[in-house]
Amino acid sequence: MAKVLVVTSGKGGVGKTTSTAALGGALAQGGEKVVVIDFDVGLRNLDLVMGAERRVVFDLINVVQGDAKINQALIRDKRLENLSLLPASQTRDKDALTEDGVARVLNDLKERFDWIICDSPAGIERGATLAMRHADVAVVVTNPEVSSVRDSDRIIGLLDSKTEKAEKGERVEKHLLLTRYDPMRAERGEMLKVDDVLEILSIPLLGIIPESEEVLRASNVGSPVTLNNPASAPGRAYFDAVRRLKGEAVEMTVPSDKKGLLGKLFGRRAA
Amino acid sequence: MSFMNMFNRRTSAPVARERLQILLQHERGIVSGKPDLVALLREEILAVVGRHVDVERERVQVRMNRGADLSTLEIEVEIPAPAMARA
Repeated sequence: MAKVLVVTSGKGGVGKTTSTAALGGALAQGGEKVVVIDFDVGLRNLDLVMGAERRVVFDLINVVQGDAKINQALIRDKRLENLSLLPASQTRDKDALTEDGVARVLNDLKERFDWIICDSPAGIERGATLAMRHADVAVVVTNPEVSSVRDSDRIIGLLDSKTEKAEKGERVEKHLLLTRYDPMRAERGEMLKVDDVLEILSIPLLGIIPESEEVLRASNVGSPVTLNNPASAPGRAYFDAVRRLKGEAVEMTVPSDKKGLLGKLFGRRAA
Repeated sequence: MSFMNMFNRRTSAPVARERLQILLQHERGIVSGKPDLVALLREEILAVVGRHVDVERERVQVRMNRGADLSTLEIEVEIPAPAMARA
């Protein structure tokens, strides 16, 4: 039976879609059967970040409304056969998503996959509440920046009150994924530190993704960063996060692309 | 920027942290459906303590820290030194 994971944040632009692709990629690279679902109706982008934008025929709303079968809408990744994408509709209204419809689709997918990763839209409207509605696990993506932390706090409140689990008196397992982190700036007191964010939000830390050029490089070519450059700092950080997600105890570090002096002198790598 | 300015410049991250902590105390009350609990507590504590000791409004701090398993309520009331209070 699949685990349903929502990648959420409240604020836009903090790295939900990048993280959905990277976590989904890393899980699939480890042999798990994974489907990533875009809940951002009208502003879909997971297809683009995953490099499947020209293969979209049917979408989540077509399936919810019974106009297409789930198999017709699922797009299998060209590089990883155990990774699939269910895109959002680009033209329809978000009100076309119904709670029952989403529950039906998720139940159907639970039979075939190990992980169902729901990429939430920004905000706290229908798309976002439906993306988190049936989640077992939530990954709260946060930048070390005041507006992002505030919005994450709000989202944590919603995960504790508006989800199916919360309404049954159970708890959604919540994890913090700190993205775009710059350890040097944090050390200089110019950026909130990991511990500051953890103290304020008080949910366990899943990983720290360093600010890196590799993230843009990967989305430019339509590939999860874990697949495009597994050895890069963000690549390694996402792999570590996935191991923690699966319950392994992995020492918390901020992977770095920076090389030591010898590495700088001799280890130049072509981009 | 001069050499000294580099050392005198106050770092901004602690300001961010402080602002967030204060803001979120208030917002968490709103989300959980209660009115501003911290402000309410602050007023009532001020009234009770004020009946017996002279305290200034700004000298009463009420902070709520939310934790995973438990939350703490921190109340700090600064009371003037006895000599001053008698004067």
